[in-house]
Amino acid sequence: MLQVVNSSGVDQVVNSSGVDNFKEVDNVKNQQPMGYSEQTKKIYRDQLDTIAQAGLYKQERFIHSPQAADIEVEFPEGSEVKKVINICANNYLGLSSHPAVIKAAHEGLDTRGYGMSSVRFICGTQDIHRELEARMTEFLGTEDTILFPSCMDANAGVFEAILTQDDVIISDRLVHASLVDGIRLCSAMHDTFKHSNMEHLEEKLQLHADKRLKLVVNDGIYSMDGDMAKVDELVALCEKYDAMLLIDESHSSGFIGKTGRGTHEHHGMMGKVDIITTTFGKALGGASGGCVSGRKEIVAMCRQKARPYLFSNTIAPVVVAGVLKVLDILSESTERRDKLERNAAYWRKGLTEAGFVLKEGDSPIVPVMLFNAKLAQDVSRDLFAEGVYAVGFFFPVVPNGQARIRTQISAGHEIHHLDKALAAFRKVGAKYGILGLTKQEIIDKYGQ
Amino acid sequence: MPDIKEMKEAILKYVVNEYAEDDDDVTYDTPLISGGLVDSFSMVSLKRFLEVKYKISIPDERATPEAFDNVTKIANLVLEYL
Repeated sequence: MLQVVNSSGVDQVVNSSGVDNFKEVDNVKNQQPMGYSEQTKKIYRDQLDTIAQAGLYKQERFIHSPQAADIEVEFPEGSEVKKVINICANNYLGLSSHPAVIKAAHEGLDTRGYGMSSVRFICGTQDIHRELEARMTEFLGTEDTILFPSCMDANAGVFEAILTQDDVIISDRLVHASLVDGIRLCSAMHDTFKHSNMEHLEEKLQLHADKRLKLVVNDGIYSMDGDMAKVDELVALCEKYDAMLLIDESHSSGFIGKTGRGTHEHHGMMGKVDIITTTFGKALGGASGGCVSGRKEIVAMCRQKARPYLFSNTIAPVVVAGVLKVLDILSESTERRDKLERNAAYWRKGLTEAGFVLKEGDSPIVPVMLFNAKLAQDVSRDLFAEGVYAVGFFFPVVPNGQARIRTQISAGHEIHHLDKALAAFRKVGAKYGILGLTKQEIIDKYGQ
Repeated sequence: MPDIKEMKEAILKYVVNEYAEDDDDVTYDTPLISGGLVDSFSMVSLKRFLEVKYKISIPDERATPEAFDNVTKIANLVLEYL
């Protein structure tokens, strides 16, 4: 047996293969192993061992309640369900369990059924799919939109659909893994520029000036650091060098910008970003699904050539109905994004006054920097014991020596949630003697 | 034809500017690919830089991780196509 500490810092006892559910499988005795031999099994179990021994084995935590600020969590598996404050969800607007969204989803289920049993271009498109595409086009201020089963799929499909080996993609070095995967599926040349470094991007645009098409790729808000792309500068450079611009707005759609349209609205660049990809799995209801929105021709190319669109069912009707209601709510009022902004400012101020080292920024993603992986695990575990659910991230999810607790604030949080969570952070921070320390002092104390 | 020393210096400068962290000490013989400083994605842009700067074309089959593994080897490869 092996004692491991998972990414949330919660102790788990797992067997030598790093997982605790092989017993059931092993109990299926005396079956001919066929091609799945003992040797094959050992290859996988050795890899799982390695992951577990590195402290990187991911365990799911079972939530027994709807997604919300207060949730009931069973963790480790089999333990008593514990009520905790959730500060690690992408539920930025607190709409995941909103009564009006749930009601709309029920109505969608009743009027359009459960599943489509077909991809879009055969017999898997309903009127509400096209309605959602039109609503997203209006919401994002673009020319057209195409839905995908997820934003991961949108990012996996868009590059291959619109670029060839005559073209180049130039991406920020910290873009989301789904963008990296999508770029890898495409035959265009790929180059990168240093994170948010516009001089470096300009050098790369000059280097690739002779390419047929140039596409610059960015996140709107970077999910691990919470910082925002310099969309106005990106647009200016793309215009200067005749390049297209793609921004993944997954961590900004619904709440960044005056009316929550995203980072392009925040920077006064509505209509200037050629391609926006985003998700319905975070602020916009939190269920699932994503889209590519942008220039008409690009969306049309995706409809003809994007493989996740062509070879997979699209978003289920029940989810489409829910997202349409989310857009209604956001169009009626900016109350939720305004509250989120206030909550995020309150949270950041509280953590700063408590003496934590934070990543700069003003988004609802507030990383509490601890630099040392074990310290991040320990702090996360102790927070959970104090009734606060916050996850520790460390290498390889973030760069080596940049371990942190990533906190994410929601409009679903009330001040009493934030105050209780801040009290827990202060208590745990004091226990480890890190309050008021600088980055270097934390590193000197705990290593990097 | 550029001087080999100048060429190595220019390539080293590009590699340091492009890939190195502040505390990385990169020399002409530092292993770039096998040492983990440059990944396979980045090799593409390094090749592109050499082709544009020296107005050459390096065939894909010659742009191997071994041939790109340090600045000296890269400079020697470029020399072949000048």
